[in-house]
Amino acid sequence: MPSNTSTRQGIFRLDFKSIQWGPGIVATLIGVFLLIVLVMPVAKVMYVAFQNPDTGALTINNFIDFFNAALFRESFVNSLYVASMSVVFATLIAMPLAYFTTRFNFAGSTLIQTLGMIPLIMPPFVGAVAMQLFFGGNGSVNLLLDDYFGFTVPFMEGLNGVILVQSVHFFPFILINLSASLNNIDRSMEEAALNLGSSGMRLFRRIVFPLAMPGYIAGASLVFLKVFDDLGTPLLLNVNNMLAPQAYLRITSVGISDPIGYVISVILVVFSLFSMWVSFLAMKGKDYATAQKGGGGLLRRDLKLGERIGCYAVITIILLFVLAPHTALGLLSVATVWSYSPLPDAYTFDHYIEVFETANQFITNTLLYAGLAGLIDIILGTAIAYIVWRTKIWGRKALDLVAMGALAIPGVVIGIGYLRMFYDVNLPFSDVPLATWWGIMVIALAVRRLPYALRACVAALQQVSLSLEEAAESLGASKWSTIKRVVVPLMTGGILAGFVTSFATAAVELSATIMLVAKEGDAPLAYGIYVFMQSAAGRGPGAALGIIAVIIVGLGTYASHVIIERTKKNNGLK
Amino acid sequence: MSNNQSVGISIKNVGLSFGETEVLKGVNLEIAPGEFFAFLGPSGSGKSTLLRAIAGFGPAPSGEILIGDRDVTHLQPWQRNVGMVFQNYALWPHMTVQENVAFGLQERKVAKPDIVKKVRQALELVDLADLSNRRPSELSGGQQQRIALARTIVVEPKVLLLDEPLSNLDANLRVQMRRDILKLQQQLGITTIFVTHDQEEANTTADRMAVLSNGVIQQVGAPMSLYDAPVNRFVANFIGSANIIDGSITLNAAGKLSKFVSEQGLALDLSTQHSGSVSLIFRPQNTLLLADGATIDNGFNMSGQIVFREFLGSQIRYGIDVQGHLLSVDEIHSIGALHRNVNDLVRLGVTHEQAVVVNS
Repeated sequence: MPSNTSTRQGIFRLDFKSIQWGPGIVATLIGVFLLIVLVMPVAKVMYVAFQNPDTGALTINNFIDFFNAALFRESFVNSLYVASMSVVFATLIAMPLAYFTTRFNFAGSTLIQTLGMIPLIMPPFVGAVAMQLFFGGNGSVNLLLDDYFGFTVPFMEGLNGVILVQSVHFFPFILINLSASLNNIDRSMEEAALNLGSSGMRLFRRIVFPLAMPGYIAGASLVFLKVFDDLGTPLLLNVNNMLAPQAYLRITSVGISDPIGYVISVILVVFSLFSMWVSFLAMKGKDYATAQKGGGGLLRRDLKLGERIGCYAVITIILLFVLAPHTALGLLSVATVWSYSPLPDAYTFDHYIEVFETANQFITNTLLYAGLAGLIDIILGTAIAYIVWRTKIWGRKALDLVAMGALAIPGVVIGIGYLRMFYDVNLPFSDVPLATWWGIMVIALAVRRLPYALRACVAALQQVSLSLEEAAESLGASKWSTIKRVVVPLMTGGILAGFVTSFATAAVELSATIMLVAKEGDAPLAYGIYVFMQSAAGRGPGAALGIIAVIIVGLGTYASHVIIERTKKNNGLK
Repeated sequence: MSNNQSVGISIKNVGLSFGETEVLKGVNLEIAPGEFFAFLGPSGSGKSTLLRAIAGFGPAPSGEILIGDRDVTHLQPWQRNVGMVFQNYALWPHMTVQENVAFGLQERKVAKPDIVKKVRQALELVDLADLSNRRPSELSGGQQQRIALARTIVVEPKVLLLDEPLSNLDANLRVQMRRDILKLQQQLGITTIFVTHDQEEANTTADRMAVLSNGVIQQVGAPMSLYDAPVNRFVANFIGSANIIDGSITLNAAGKLSKFVSEQGLALDLSTQHSGSVSLIFRPQNTLLLADGATIDNGFNMSGQIVFREFLGSQIRYGIDVQGHLLSVDEIHSIGALHRNVNDLVRLGVTHEQAVVVNS
């Protein structure tokens, strides 16, 4: 009955006009907020990059200066190189794990997939120092190699170290997307090819891999973007000839008016947008998963004994490698002295005691900041999701785009933008600049994590069928009452999951907050780890703080997983 | 692209299990060369599993599957030269129509100019030559179905397997498509197996069909012979609607009518050689509503009360309670026809030749 449906929608839309002012006001408020804390700071950074620092006139001289300096050219090339190589190595790690676990029947597929996600629960810069203890010039692996075989491998030398740490940390993005793509290929797709005479590697090359390509590109471009923008890892590994560290160093050492930091910001944003665009192109019109349905199930193959041993060997090597940062960090956090030896000399819990006695404020600050940021995110996320998907308000798509756009803005850029915008603005009733107030860190975190929360809220809202709302309205409930009594309760699980994701990832954010920390008393956990790791004596306590961060994020991730699963079950989706 | 040498298919004592669950049990079947054969059955009956076993998909079966003289039981799917059209068509979304159709020829290392020619012929055969550069996502369901057919027949397989090919199409298109498939099959003369749960599809297309239930073939034959002479309750019920009364023959003497008593105590005189526990089967449209006081001589008579009346367009269906048995009776509808009402007491008659008795 198509005509019937369209009539009903017509009435629905008409009905909306009369109550649109409510969502309209909310949409306007959110719009203004995002304008002040996201659009304007970023626009300001862009603008300053094209301004003559002395006269304020528009110019492209800053860019010419940038590319004329050997150090900056080198940094630019290095950043591109590191990001590209990280994608290559992340692919080498993720591809076998994804393929083996989705295409072959063998025990432990779930465990392998779960272990494959573990790197994500540790911020990469935390693992960086620990990785040096395993893979550095005087690390365990090279000491053993030297003893037994008489050679060493420069795993952690300069850019190698950044590439290693980043690919070990970020490969799960490829793993997740590639596995999802592989899992979504209907078995009839492969059977049709088998039926027409194709098999083995030809089948993989011509059918399986092309079908999984969109997922792979999406994951790979995300890895590229994250690595290209990352500040913490190169900084901790003391690799300064890359773009993000240069931006940070210029702003913090030369000053807020130095144009190079802004030029770098523009380059970072342009490349982020570019890789998001590539990912968008890859996915556009190629959501093969939903294109065809009905064949049912996945083509999985049983392995012969020899093949199985081979698979397990490959997986074991990869997993040992992937879990190395966690192992090393754990060892470091309980080591008395660990230097020039494969393993620590002796073990102690003193570092944890020290951390709880002296560095407590880092933990409490983090819980406060990340908690507030998560709260802001789910309030904004729920409101934006509702406005975009359930109302016809003018400009709703733009609101969505701006909120999601935060994904393309590197933390360094947000940090620089806030410093520039809010340094001259004082906190009301005081003479403290807004840029040095701790609250600005909360806002920076909230803005940066808003896309995660928004996505969770949209997913939750899409599970609430429109007919459930219509049923409430036909029984006399007003729009607000319907939202309050039907929509939000049904969304609770998704909203909660969004909160936890925002909270857990905000808890270990470094690149924006490192620029906004005005005094150590206000600093969050990630900054604390960074400060501790600067000195040899601080490594132990730094690692202990790192382990605490891992536990917070790990628990958060697990909680979000449990919540999502439970909601699915309760809503009868599983 | 005609298939000069059609081959038959022999299925000998094929059994198949998914883990502990037995899905096919001792299936034996002979399909003649060039025959259009249907596997009909409810979901879970094993019909798709049997088809997939012929194509080489799923767990290895026990028994033997022969295509022509060739034992394919242990061959890989890509070694069998069996063409299969999937329920969801399984067109590869990353390839154009032309690339999809060319795929099988490329795998067979056919020379490029021949590929171009054969692909064009195949697309012309399904009337879609002008869509060769489209992507599958740009095609309607019916067009996708045709492309899937073209992709399969272009490699000139020995047999054509169709797995519920019409189930994803809407009702009007389904009728058109099944006629097209039948026409194509007759044109090519290729031995074809068609899996469906829809009796109408099987009845209208198949030369012969096998009705499956619980992994066992219940009956094999031409559609009309299965309808007229079902061998058991299941076949009678699955093909068309049927009145089925369970009971037993209490007296059975040569040259005389047998005494039948139903489980509810309904006693009837039947013309049958069966004895013991039986099911009496007759069709609603062959059950006559008799005028007051009338009886039929060459059959059996019953009396009952109308419980419901449904208008089905071409006919009226009455539900009639006969001593605790709810029987269906169909009466042809025409303009101005007088019909009975609910609660009316009526007399029913069925001639002997319209009644089937099977052992239950």
